[in-house]
Amino acid sequence: MLKLKVNEIDIEVEEGLTVLQACEKAGVEIPRFCYHEKLSIAGNCRMCLVELEKSPKPVASCAMPAAEGMNIKTNTEFVEKARKGVMEFLLANHPLDCPVCDQGGECDLQDQSMFYGVDKSRYKENKRAVSEKNMGPLIKTQMTRCIHCTRCVRFATEVAGVTEIGAIGRGEDMEITTYLEQSMQSELSANVVDLCPVGALTSKPYVFEARPWELKKTESIDVMDAIGSNIRIDTYGWEVKRILPRINEDINEEWISDKTRYACDGLLNQRLDTPYIKYNGKFEKASWIEVFNIIKSKFKNANKDKICGMSGDLVNMETLYIFKEFFNKTLGSYNVESRSDHTYLNPQNRENYLFNSTINGIEEADFILLIGSNPRYEATILNARIRKAYLQNKTKIISLNDIGDLTYPYEFLDGDIENIKKITEDNHKISNLIKEAKKPLIIFGQSSLKTKSAKYIVESVKSFLRKNKKISEEWNSLNTISENASTVGSFDLGLYKTVDGSNEVLKDLENHMFEIVYLLGVDNLKFKKKDEFIIYQGSHGDKGAEIADIILPGAAYTEQNGYFTNLEGKMQKAYKASYPPEEAKEDWLIINELAEAMNHRKLFNDKDELDSSLLNQINLHIKKSKSIKPLNVENLEFKQEILKVNNEDYYYSNAIARASKTMFECKSAKTNLKLTGTEG
Amino acid sequence: MSIRRPSKEQPENFEFNSASLEAAKSIAEKYPKDKKESAVMALLYIAQKQNSNWIPLAAMKYIGKFLDMPYIKVYEVATFYTMYNLAPVGKYFIQVCTTTPCMIRGAHKLVEACKEKISENENKLSKDLSCSWMEVECLGACVNAPMMQINDEYYEDLNKGKTLKILDIILSGETPKPGSYRGRINNEPENNRKTLMDLKNA
Repeated sequence: MLKLKVNEIDIEVEEGLTVLQACEKAGVEIPRFCYHEKLSIAGNCRMCLVELEKSPKPVASCAMPAAEGMNIKTNTEFVEKARKGVMEFLLANHPLDCPVCDQGGECDLQDQSMFYGVDKSRYKENKRAVSEKNMGPLIKTQMTRCIHCTRCVRFATEVAGVTEIGAIGRGEDMEITTYLEQSMQSELSANVVDLCPVGALTSKPYVFEARPWELKKTESIDVMDAIGSNIRIDTYGWEVKRILPRINEDINEEWISDKTRYACDGLLNQRLDTPYIKYNGKFEKASWIEVFNIIKSKFKNANKDKICGMSGDLVNMETLYIFKEFFNKTLGSYNVESRSDHTYLNPQNRENYLFNSTINGIEEADFILLIGSNPRYEATILNARIRKAYLQNKTKIISLNDIGDLTYPYEFLDGDIENIKKITEDNHKISNLIKEAKKPLIIFGQSSLKTKSAKYIVESVKSFLRKNKKISEEWNSLNTISENASTVGSFDLGLYKTVDGSNEVLKDLENHMFEIVYLLGVDNLKFKKKDEFIIYQGSHGDKGAEIADIILPGAAYTEQNGYFTNLEGKMQKAYKASYPPEEAKEDWLIINELAEAMNHRKLFNDKDELDSSLLNQINLHIKKSKSIKPLNVENLEFKQEILKVNNEDYYYSNAIARASKTMFECKSAKTNLKLTGTEG
Repeated sequence: MSIRRPSKEQPENFEFNSASLEAAKSIAEKYPKDKKESAVMALLYIAQKQNSNWIPLAAMKYIGKFLDMPYIKVYEVATFYTMYNLAPVGKYFIQVCTTTPCMIRGAHKLVEACKEKISENENKLSKDLSCSWMEVECLGACVNAPMMQINDEYYEDLNKGKTLKILDIILSGETPKPGSYRGRINNEPENNRKTLMDLKNA
């Protein structure tokens, strides 16, 4: 520990901190532009100057290591003058266009010049003008405003792992740009908008939409992938204007993926706002009572074995729970399923479908094996963590397949399942790597769970890990990247019907065994309809609504309170930021009212009762899961197969993203780039 | 110093010829394997020499691949240093020194000569595209002012007439003799030595 003084107050800090961090520990705020705690230190904005005893000149506190016995002063006239001077230089070339700047109101430069700057300008010369740069469909540039803090350059190089932004030219002519003004090829690109302390990089889809003080801010959880990134939803009336990240060091740190951030404009399009009934192939508007009556009579006349319910990818846990209760109690059916494809599932124990090492644990890992996974697209934030682990510890990473650029180097095998057999039979170099590693990380991707050999892959690797004591209380190396936000929640609540890992409901559905199919926000189902009567409940007119006979308009994730369990098994609550459009209702309410219409009894009296019942259920499930001693699955059958990783359509993976104009632009920007062949 | 932009007309491909490749390899070898990037400046210079005094984007890309580094980083270096030319400057690249010592010895006459013979403006190629000229800051040959640099050679003790002659030789496609044009060896005193008379090799 170091003892030093900040403004005559004695403090003790750990070694290895900078003067700026020491000052923060002492509760002294230091203005800064280029310094960011998640990025490397640049020390080029000079805003953080402080006075250091025995130093004749002011010192850039962000780049100066704290040392024993330092006497730091931040409230002297000397410091005030230094800050004013720096501010004057920064503002010399900065345009006075705050009234038309999107950063206005949340601009570091604006705030700090109010606080630390001079009230008038002595600069009479011409200001520098810089041409705008193209940085793709998400980032709007106004480079005249740039103060060259290089945060964006450092973010792209360090966190995103795509070295595409740089500073060209020098001195007054220095400009920040992407290589030849191509759009940035990263799924984390829009984080530079948050990082930019001025209005040089602003959000293109949000341009001139609103001022920050007009927006209602709601802290919530993202559902675009299974990570459960913490977000803040900014709304103006009904409309979700933008989505920003919230800091959660255990999950998304400070970043969110572009899909999380920009799919929100899909919430305005393709919305189902009133119940519909299909007459002669055409949808007609109807009232809630009408549709409930039709559903009631359909259910009354159907055999309960001929009814099935499927739940989708963005459904919150309350809805999933009441959906299951509705089927089990009201209809007496157990054909409820949450998987819309033939994904292998072993629900015996919770660890079978969780990311057990946790996202934070990735940084501790010393060996990572990816089996049929492309984390860059399946879980962008998690991929950023793997990159971080690689940068910190040079973690060795091996993938079963060649899956293209992951933003960090990795070795790959040919994708043959034979490799898995060899590994688990202790007959492969990777077997030794796993055994020697203290904290190995085995990651199963969706592609591996969808193969015919899924059972063999998962179970044989699991028993190999168990045999070598890599699954224990301290470290569980078994990890699955869940596909969707509601995947883990659905499994926890038991929305599956499986024999040996199969998807029984889907099998029967494909064989057209059902008369009535209730789709709860299911849009990723590949299914050719025959004579089934399909009820679709959801927020968007997408693939599910297309094949429906009756549409019940539900709410999107920003329009209702709801729990989501992320891939690590962390349960988080998403809050209501907006409200469902027109006639649409919150999803749990629809099912509750439908239950009431069916047999004059609500399933739950109110949301609180549902919530507490749900939480009880989950707690019981977790307790039970912990008490079960996991069994090795015996008699595994090996089949020759080449594992392929499907690069899923990243920007089009769910109904909201498919309705989003911005996601469409991202997608076409990416495909155009491929067509012109301008890439390496 | 104006903003330096890569030329609009760019060749499709660039590759080191065998001599350049050898030079590049021997330079890259000097650095540790994981610090190969350090060779970027030398390699850019080699590329510039090979490609008649300028660096096309294709060459930056080639060097990026050669050293296993991102293109933008090569691009950053190439745009930072003013001695890397990003647009064609001709086979003969003439740099006229116009800093104070040269200026008071009549550097503007040299500039006039360049304007007459080559092109009206700086950084513009001559009609036959063989050369261009630009004003530069001190080239460190003040004792022989006024002077100019053509490619790697210094041409010193010039006046307008001599410059015109040199430029004529260049435009006819030949390389003029470098050095002093008032018969001096290097920068020895004119009209014989006046100091250190007792030293033979001074």
